[in-house]
Amino acid sequence: MTMQQQVLPLKVVQPDTGHYRGDHLLVAEMVERGSKVLDVGCGDGDLLQLLESRGIDGRGIELSREGVNRCVAKGLAVVQGDADTDLVNYPDDAFDYVILSQTLQATRQPRVVLENLLRIGRRAIVSFPNFGFWRMRLQLLVGGHMPRTENLPATWYDTPNIHFCTIKDFVQLCDEINVKMERAVALDLYGRPLRLSAPWWFWNMFGEQGVFLLSRAEKIK
Amino acid sequence: MVNVQSVPSPAIHADERSQEADHPSSLVALFGTDQPLSLDCGIDLAPFQIAYQTYGELNTDRSNAILVCHALTGDQHVANVHPVTGKPGWWETMVGPTRPLDTDSYFIICANVIGGCMGSTGPASTNPATGKLWGLDFPIITIPDMVRAQAMLLDRLGIETLFCVVGGSMGGMQALQWTAAFPKRVFSTLAIACSTRHSAQNIAFHELGRQAVMADPDWHGGRYFEQGTHPHRGLGVARMAAHITYLSDAALHRKFGRRMQDRDLPTFSFDADFQVESYLRYQGSSFVERFDANSYLYLTRAMDYFDIAADHGGVLAQAFRGVQTRFCVVSFTSDWLFPTSESRALVHALNASSARVSFAEIETDRGHDAFLLDVPEFFDISRAFLQSGAKAHGLSRNGSS
Repeated sequence: MTMQQQVLPLKVVQPDTGHYRGDHLLVAEMVERGSKVLDVGCGDGDLLQLLESRGIDGRGIELSREGVNRCVAKGLAVVQGDADTDLVNYPDDAFDYVILSQTLQATRQPRVVLENLLRIGRRAIVSFPNFGFWRMRLQLLVGGHMPRTENLPATWYDTPNIHFCTIKDFVQLCDEINVKMERAVALDLYGRPLRLSAPWWFWNMFGEQGVFLLSRAEKIK
Repeated sequence: MVNVQSVPSPAIHADERSQEADHPSSLVALFGTDQPLSLDCGIDLAPFQIAYQTYGELNTDRSNAILVCHALTGDQHVANVHPVTGKPGWWETMVGPTRPLDTDSYFIICANVIGGCMGSTGPASTNPATGKLWGLDFPIITIPDMVRAQAMLLDRLGIETLFCVVGGSMGGMQALQWTAAFPKRVFSTLAIACSTRHSAQNIAFHELGRQAVMADPDWHGGRYFEQGTHPHRGLGVARMAAHITYLSDAALHRKFGRRMQDRDLPTFSFDADFQVESYLRYQGSSFVERFDANSYLYLTRAMDYFDIAADHGGVLAQAFRGVQTRFCVVSFTSDWLFPTSESRALVHALNASSARVSFAEIETDRGHDAFLLDVPEFFDISRAFLQSGAKAHGLSRNGSS
């Protein structure tokens, strides 16, 4: 399976969307109105607020107590919990979409988490920083040290990110666990989508992050 | 600094207290023999009365009512001067104009629980069949019984749906029971420092308290009122033990440490040398002034029996299946009576029921009692939960809809 076969046309992201982050706008645009969404690792609740403003019934899980309390103080339905250990408590098909935004790389078992996302939700939306991004490669190749960027400023010894992957790695994982990729988008350093017609190696090199809309593959009879 | 100066003599308010049981200084709803309260123990209690207070105005749609459920030793005097102690209401930090439970927007109701001693029928009330106080002839009551009685009060007030049911500790148990028993009548639930079942450790502490009461010779098998006594020593000890469970090691250390009370050196006696001893004695004796010993036995028993899952085939999620109520669950890091793990188990069950739930654990060293204290983060979360609920419920700023 190559990525191009999975890519569906991408609508232009509306420019008049104020202070929201590019990847959040892209994720929100992938979610149908009126659906029920679980945001795993929802941070301060910015994405959930964006979703609720669009008539989507959003729930969240967040690891940090400070993040949860800020979300609840915004009136969001967020619970303190850990993607690695607490997703098992959710029943099958509880949500239309389960979102894992910039959190996959911080989980202990990304594969198990991904499988849980698609058990709990009919669809999953996963975004993550692409470790194959050219600036990452350059820092390791030329600088000889673990890469740090504006979006990932932590040093290797205090980062919560323990499972970095590239866009290519993620596509391979999706193949292995039989996940259907409904849509894939790579965003550049400024949160703008890369050209759809670009070959996947170009995304893996110039995409600062990847955003994937996934669903369960049909069972082979 | 806490009040540790003197240990008042007990039972100075005994007359006021026994007066309150039958003729409370609050609103009262009377239920006649035609409207019995069906108790879990199989007895129909009739007649009975429910004493309650209200704050704020009910809107024309009757859609802005919040029921506050009080804790074990609380009562209906949430935000007014207490008629027996003369102290401020027990939740004035939470209820009032501009408070999280804003009386400019919401109509707040709080009823003394059935089995209590501040005007709702309980062991300290007069049994109309005998003309004497109930004492231990009063039937055993449960948390679901308390909730059933509150539902009858709301029927009387013409309130079909609660905008929110709020409670901490035993009040949180009632809030959860309300939602499990009457899901359509509860738009939102704020359950604080509570659990869906009383733990073995908590039952053990309650048993300690009850045994202390019953070991007091002044208890007289529960008929102390006929002897003109009150088991103030036993009830005082029960309160002292319970009070320790409401605090935390860190809070006790911060407030008292090993400091001496009005002296520099130990007296080499069993006098209250330490401030913490003096404080506990004060807590014990001041409690005895306002609370009936038998009522304490009944209400602790009601908490012990509480187990929502047991009433639903042992599956907690089943108790909240299909519920549309919005939940906010709050716990406190240093609460070892109702630890965060209990709240988390509730949240998992609510998630499994696909309920809309927020859950926040608040960092504080003040223990279980934190829900009664000035904890700004707790207020912010409660306020935001109610405000977002009010928006979804179609309530405007001043409670109209």
